[in-house]
Amino acid sequence: MALDRKIAYINLTTGEIEVKPIPLDVRKKFLGGRGLDAYLLLNHSKKGCDPLGPDNPLIVSGGILTATCASATARTHIMAKSPLTGLLGSANMGGFFAPEMAWAGFHHLVIKGKAETPSYIYIHNGKIEIRDAQNIWGKTTTESQWAIQDDLNDKEVKSLVIGPAGENLVTFACVMTGIKNAGGRTGMGAVMGSKNLKAIACRGTMDINIAHPVEALEYNKRFIDQITSAKVNKTQGILGTPMIWGATNSWGGVRTRNFQYNQCEYSDDIEPEAIDEICNDTIGPHHMAGCFGCQVHCRAQYRIPSGPLKGRYDEGPEYTSLGAFGAETDTPRAETVLAGNHLVDQYGMDNLEIGSLISWAMELYEEGIITSKDTDGLDLKFGNDEAVLEMIERICYRKGKVADALAQGGIPASKIFGKKSFDYLIQVKGMSNLHSDERATPGLALNIATASRGSDHLRSRPAIDLYHLPEKVLHKIYGNPVPYKGKLSSEHTEYIGKAWQVFWQENCYMGVDCLGICKYHTIFLGVTLPNFEDWPKVLYYNTGLEFTPKELWDISERCNMIERLFNLREGLTREDLEKGDMLNHRYFDEPCRRGAPDVVGLMIDKKKFIKMIDEFYEHKGLDQKGNPKPETLKRLEIENEPSHML
Amino acid sequence: METKDKVLMINPEKCTGCRLCELVCAVKHDGVSNPARSRIRVVKWEMDGVYIPMACQQCQDAPCMKVCPVHAITRNDELNTIEVDYDKCIGCRSCVSICPFGAMGFNSIDRQVFKCDLCDGDPQCVRFCEVEALEYIDADDVAILKKQEAAKKLYATSHKVALKEA
Repeated sequence: MALDRKIAYINLTTGEIEVKPIPLDVRKKFLGGRGLDAYLLLNHSKKGCDPLGPDNPLIVSGGILTATCASATARTHIMAKSPLTGLLGSANMGGFFAPEMAWAGFHHLVIKGKAETPSYIYIHNGKIEIRDAQNIWGKTTTESQWAIQDDLNDKEVKSLVIGPAGENLVTFACVMTGIKNAGGRTGMGAVMGSKNLKAIACRGTMDINIAHPVEALEYNKRFIDQITSAKVNKTQGILGTPMIWGATNSWGGVRTRNFQYNQCEYSDDIEPEAIDEICNDTIGPHHMAGCFGCQVHCRAQYRIPSGPLKGRYDEGPEYTSLGAFGAETDTPRAETVLAGNHLVDQYGMDNLEIGSLISWAMELYEEGIITSKDTDGLDLKFGNDEAVLEMIERICYRKGKVADALAQGGIPASKIFGKKSFDYLIQVKGMSNLHSDERATPGLALNIATASRGSDHLRSRPAIDLYHLPEKVLHKIYGNPVPYKGKLSSEHTEYIGKAWQVFWQENCYMGVDCLGICKYHTIFLGVTLPNFEDWPKVLYYNTGLEFTPKELWDISERCNMIERLFNLREGLTREDLEKGDMLNHRYFDEPCRRGAPDVVGLMIDKKKFIKMIDEFYEHKGLDQKGNPKPETLKRLEIENEPSHML
Repeated sequence: METKDKVLMINPEKCTGCRLCELVCAVKHDGVSNPARSRIRVVKWEMDGVYIPMACQQCQDAPCMKVCPVHAITRNDELNTIEVDYDKCIGCRSCVSICPFGAMGFNSIDRQVFKCDLCDGDPQCVRFCEVEALEYIDADDVAILKKQEAAKKLYATSHKVALKEA
């Protein structure tokens, strides 16, 4: 049974390991995955704890549906206090790790302390062992995984690992599994590095009983048909996520030269079709791969076609790599993007963060705020492909003044660079924005400003806002499972009703992350995909637990509020440019210069934007300072948190 | 259903490595999720992006059938499958060691050997494989389908060469 998967508390300092069941009342309040992780983080961390100190708990989990007979239950979630932001750290990845951990008997791990020497955790059918990793330390992410398989003499072992960047405490180092699946954001790899923890390896052959197997199988088939029939998923299955990059760039929603433009020109070489052709040439016609149980198969396989890294195998590049190493740095060349993608995969760094920071440094170089003296002679100008690749390596190994500063994250680096460098930094809560440009889309701007882990698209983005759906359709989607009587607008440049859409999506994505399934299987890019209405059935058939759509909504809202409580405890204040729900001034001062006619000239209207935040707070049950009202906490049954139930 | 002479055809090139086949196989046969119980397994070379689903070939001259000391393994001509009679099986695992494909499994929870039964003519792995890396087709058609695929490749290559020369 999924419900009999356990939680393990592992202390790397003392070597103590405690295994506990997850009580049903905890499940009913927080389900699992990211929601329960948030509960665990709030309960197991002390206010103001050092993100890179032994007291910061590193929490790793699968969702309540992980490895059950539901569709695409591949996601692993990682949570801790972030060394990048000092606030909530949260990262999520596909692949095969979380299912293996579930077959090995566990849904959640809470890891505290610091190992004396480099170590890794091995979990095998209910048993947990801390093993020596001194021979693996220093290796890249893929080398580490194969070394662990050799060490255990078992090719079926699945590992979550860090690369050299995590060891070197780069604050945006990621954790990785497989070739390219990355728990990328907020520096969870650095937290592992700070604990001398190189990897977590799992191997499991324990049954997960399915409550109603016949129904679960049939419903899974229906679910998959619903998911694969969506045109957007079909296209993802052919072109991968670069498809999104191509579409967004065409209307003017891609940051270029840091934030100077909102569209990348002369980008033929990295259009989705061009990347697809490289995959075709280097791998063959069937070059798409999938995560566990997923029929969308959005991962493209490729070999680098030319240059010094020619022939190296990798997967992706995701649209974020096209943005990070193509548009933001104004180097729209396939070879650069594919090589950059490969390097960050191998070193274990967040491609979104590093691309954004390199392009920021390029703008500072252009402005004379940093000079070639600071870069040890590297010509850090926009459009310099070699400089992009060189900076990736320098940041990983923290070589030189500029790279070492960037490795600490944008805000600390801005304090080192001084002058007006902070004004150019495109971030929220200390985390850089991905490559997308939200100046023409107030709803998306609100999303990045208020997302719990910083400037991010996967926590509350109403991406379907760009489809200009009829209001009737919008009301049907956003009016369930709780009614919404306010106005909604089909126009993506509008401010009307966007606060509700962001609030709805925030709950929808939290639901998905608690279940442990992929966002391509809900209303993210596709309008017809499963959501609150469909989840009760899949939960019932697989676990036997009964929920109404409204109850699942309440759980999501509760878990989001727990994340908010953590952020507030760690210093979030509404208008703080470093730790608040606020955008960089450039969103309000610099209009879009490229793109579709209805985009050119647009920027965010600050007055309307602040009103949107007021509205958003109201939907969430926060006061105008952004703190939860007492009645909200009572309604969500979390007035006594932290409650230490688990 | 006409199942005689139908076979499971595996097209490794099309496999995305998602292992949904393993999941649905275990759920269908044992009502649980556990790849260790799956009759089909995807073997991977991750560093090359190569994924190969491995399952019972339902051999004509099946080594497992021949090696079985108690004649518990027989051919079902109706379904074109090799079957294990659990009333006769003594669990010696000779079949497991002799199978050249590793297709005969041993389940250490139930202490029993297990193998693909093509779900009695409706293989779930095939039903769930959207990319058609697994197909359930007439044995006669396997070769012609492979010929067509090979011809396609041949044509594409010669076309490319011709274009280059032009």
